[in-house]
Amino acid sequence: MISRRDFLKSAAKVVAGASIPLAAIEILAPARVHALKTDSSIRWAFLVDTYKCVGCGFCVKACKNENEIPYDANVTRTWVERYVLTKDGKLYADSPKGARDGFTGTKIDLGMGHYQDIKKEDIKKAFFVPKLCNQCDNPPCVQVCPVGATYQAPDGVVMVDRKWCIGCGYCIMACPYGVRFFHPKYHTAEKCNFCYHRITKGLKTACVQACPFGARQIGNIKDPNDPVAKAITTERVGILKSEYGTKPQVFYIGLDEEVR
Amino acid sequence: MKNHIFRPLWVVIGLVVLILIIRPFYVPKDFGIHERGYMYGWYRKSNIEDWKKVSVKYQGKEYCGSCHPDKVESIDRTPHAVIQCENCHGPALEHPSDPPKLAIDRTREQCLRCHAKLVYPSSGRANIRGIDPDKHNPGVECVMCHNPHNPILEGLK
Repeated sequence: MISRRDFLKSAAKVVAGASIPLAAIEILAPARVHALKTDSSIRWAFLVDTYKCVGCGFCVKACKNENEIPYDANVTRTWVERYVLTKDGKLYADSPKGARDGFTGTKIDLGMGHYQDIKKEDIKKAFFVPKLCNQCDNPPCVQVCPVGATYQAPDGVVMVDRKWCIGCGYCIMACPYGVRFFHPKYHTAEKCNFCYHRITKGLKTACVQACPFGARQIGNIKDPNDPVAKAITTERVGILKSEYGTKPQVFYIGLDEEVR
Repeated sequence: MKNHIFRPLWVVIGLVVLILIIRPFYVPKDFGIHERGYMYGWYRKSNIEDWKKVSVKYQGKEYCGSCHPDKVESIDRTPHAVIQCENCHGPALEHPSDPPKLAIDRTREQCLRCHAKLVYPSSGRANIRGIDPDKHNPGVECVMCHNPHNPILEGLK
């Protein structure tokens, strides 16, 4: 039989013991709070107008040259997809060489050397969709990196530390948008970083500059006077794969349900 | 317990201690938890500066216009004003010092990027004047007849 004194003693011990780990967490927390408070006044965001894109592929060409991605290797930081919906309900989509050389014919690349020519009378809808890294607010590629080689900079851009990357490829598997690949030369994970060396100098990204039709735009979403921020916040824009909860920061005008 | 059980244990403990001693010297001071916390902000901070150091290759039309104002002015009077010089002339890099001469892309494929007719109603491509590459003088370079700096049909060579 336990006495009242012993019961109270044990109870006090349990409460004290249980509160120690909680207190320890409380001590760690302010550093984290401080880190969260030092917020950047810049948050880069991208706006793509799919109505304006003509599939010329100048963006892909410029990106590969600017970011030193081997030109003939079939990998690219940005690419353009073509979607063709026919009147009999079929969907065709292709992006030969990531549209590095643009779309110069009506034949759809089905892969394995097969092509499908679609007559203009059969087309219901057809359009181009440029793709690039979404610089997600909740980047799944960063969560899975076991060595801290990929991270989100304070201005929202997700980058890869080539010195730190061990080439495990977890991030390549984790990205729902398939924007990551191995750099053929450095053998580390590679991705679009909004031309970080350009945007931090006040320039536009190589793809934005190369686009003759203004289909691609980049801006600071935290600046209320930024025309791109205004467009994103006031116009009807869509994002890719919202169901993943990644909060992508590349916004699309004229996004169709067929686009994945 | 017997010595042969403890011996590998000492080896393991020794390794752990050795790693803990080396770690502070090996891991850079700026590697750690930054702005976005452990989940998104665990990285080597100086890598941000590494990425800023990448060289700019595409200098833009204004850079070209500072030495070639006549060329920029003439193309600006045509529908091709929207195209960056470097889309055809190649990235300027450090031109004129390096490289002193740029390699111009005069291929038929370069023009076909936009001017191969694709009737895609909801895309801007449908509004661009285009040709069927298989029927319109196949195999001939477009620049044989057309001047890309003055592309209107009246400007045919």
